[in-house]
Amino acid sequence: MYDLPDETGHFGQYGGVFVAETLIEALDQLKAEYERYRHDPAFRAEFEYELKHYVGRPSPVYHAKRWSEHFGGAQVYLKREDLNHTGAHKINNTVGQALLAKRMGKPRVIAETGAGQHGVATATVAARYGMKCVVYMGSADIKRQAQNVYRMKLLGAEVVPVESGSKTLKDALNEAMRDWVTNVSDTFYIIGTVAGPHPYPMMVRDFQSVIGIEARTQMLEMVGRQPDAVLACVGGGSNAMGLFYPYITDEKVRLVGVEAAGHGLETGKHAATLCAGRPGVLHGNRTYLMQDDNGQIIETHSISAGLDYPGVGPEHSWLKDCGRAEYVAVTDDEALAAFHDLCRLEGIIPALESSHALAYAAKMAPRMKADQILLVNLSGRGDKDMHTVAEKSGLKF
Amino acid sequence: MSRIATTFAALKQSNRKALIPFITAGDPEPALAVPLMHALANAGADVIELGVPFSDPMADGPTIQRASERALKQGVSLRTVLGFVTEFRETNGATPVVLMGYANPIEAMGYEEFADAALSAGVDGVLVVDYPPQEAARFAGLLDQRKIDAIFLLSPTSTELRIKEVARYARGYVYYVSLRGVTGAANLDVADVAKKLPDIRAHIQLPIGVGFGIRDAQTARAVAEIADAVVIGSRLVQEIESSSREDVLDNVSRLVRDIRSALDRR
Repeated sequence: MYDLPDETGHFGQYGGVFVAETLIEALDQLKAEYERYRHDPAFRAEFEYELKHYVGRPSPVYHAKRWSEHFGGAQVYLKREDLNHTGAHKINNTVGQALLAKRMGKPRVIAETGAGQHGVATATVAARYGMKCVVYMGSADIKRQAQNVYRMKLLGAEVVPVESGSKTLKDALNEAMRDWVTNVSDTFYIIGTVAGPHPYPMMVRDFQSVIGIEARTQMLEMVGRQPDAVLACVGGGSNAMGLFYPYITDEKVRLVGVEAAGHGLETGKHAATLCAGRPGVLHGNRTYLMQDDNGQIIETHSISAGLDYPGVGPEHSWLKDCGRAEYVAVTDDEALAAFHDLCRLEGIIPALESSHALAYAAKMAPRMKADQILLVNLSGRGDKDMHTVAEKSGLKF
Repeated sequence: MSRIATTFAALKQSNRKALIPFITAGDPEPALAVPLMHALANAGADVIELGVPFSDPMADGPTIQRASERALKQGVSLRTVLGFVTEFRETNGATPVVLMGYANPIEAMGYEEFADAALSAGVDGVLVVDYPPQEAARFAGLLDQRKIDAIFLLSPTSTELRIKEVARYARGYVYYVSLRGVTGAANLDVADVAKKLPDIRAHIQLPIGVGFGIRDAQTARAVAEIADAVVIGSRLVQEIESSSREDVLDNVSRLVRDIRSALDRR
């Protein structure tokens, strides 16, 4: 039996509602509306219809045979979230939240984005449901992700550059919160990961758990049992929570979250919050954070913009402390190697985020037996990362 | 009686309203922090709200964000700010000082260590923007044991239930955020505030300070007609930002004195 978070949004000491009084009423309202609709058959039916016909679910599970042979150990299976509409798992959540916004009568949605994937997924559903959309994005990220910025604009969204702080994802989140406080009566804030104040970590997890629910059925159909371990990359942690959640009570299955070790944990230039951070309070919840001795949030580094976040979803902090999930980290270089291997051996170009999970599978598989199974969440496709990878190889478009 | 309670009692006696200026500690530079506090007190501040800089000030507008960034760049931390208060107390034992900031620097220091350090520095109240009452029971309890006031926010969207919850933990005064938005946003609507205050007074006997959006002496005076205290933040921080180092103490003093005399005019 696993029934977290509790009534007040806590996962043990983590999670909660650490926001200014100005946001409390909006969060209480959101919580009430979500409670009202989460089990509502009409809402569920519309959500499932949209996932099937608009997103393209279920996403397949694919046996990466040549890659597995290459290791000579465990068999590796991939949950193909890269095949979703817009190319990543992010859309599962934005569809869910947009449907909720629609029912709450909010004509305007806002979002924060780092690499631009969640921004694109939000702009997409806003266009789909006829909502006004504003996306906050750090000005440093806007420079690095010009293509996604253009994509959001094509979809009709307004992209607002954020110039404060480190000009990256965390600052975009701050700015989106400020917008929400100001425009709370007509605006729904679509948070992109399992972080933020309650009920966001729970709600985003619930919408993303379609990943794990499908995977359980698909693994049974394909191999007649569940995998020995499931792996997913962890930045904020939404694709990982989506895969892990339906496996939490199935204790035979190891849950492995893979963080970004950047240039290496010892260099300090990384985004491995659970591996190397300490608990604190940021963005509305208590969780592990990358911070200095004075409690100031520090800048993170990862080759993958989607993992470049100094916090992590509070449920991951809980799963780490209680030992149910293990959290590890792989470097930029290890992720890149896995990226290239998957391209050449399987004809799949993975997102750099997902390549972190692949890289750790590449470490585990050779040490396992041929009848053992790893399931890796291939959370997104790598088209968006072409320029980053090319630059690493000394090329420029 | 705490310094805050004594201050409000004396004001009430003389039928005056409290003026509470806010500055970010260490802005524009750490060496000016204590001189600025004295300047505020001498110009007529009844309580000083001292902002503790944080890297991610979610509830603040651009003006206070920039002040935070300036202070952080010069190495100002929660410990530095406590040091400012200690130094201020060497020559001023009367003016209450309230620390205002975000949770994480306190989380990093640890509740008990912070509460002890705040007490020995001479801090009178603490307002943590992202500790709403339901997350603050233990923290507020530790402050209470040390006779430090835990100060909480209320907003135009606060329901009666919320007001009651804040009433359970609030000490010193409550800070009514007068508009939907971040600090330094557009001017507030005094009539809106006037409509909300009776709802708050129905459950909270503490003095009510009103802040966010008060940008001139005239608005301050209008707010003072209905509230017990007027908080001036972004306007003051803006003055600090636009002043040269030589003029900053004079300019800040003049601004506070202007508002003081507007409040006291009969």
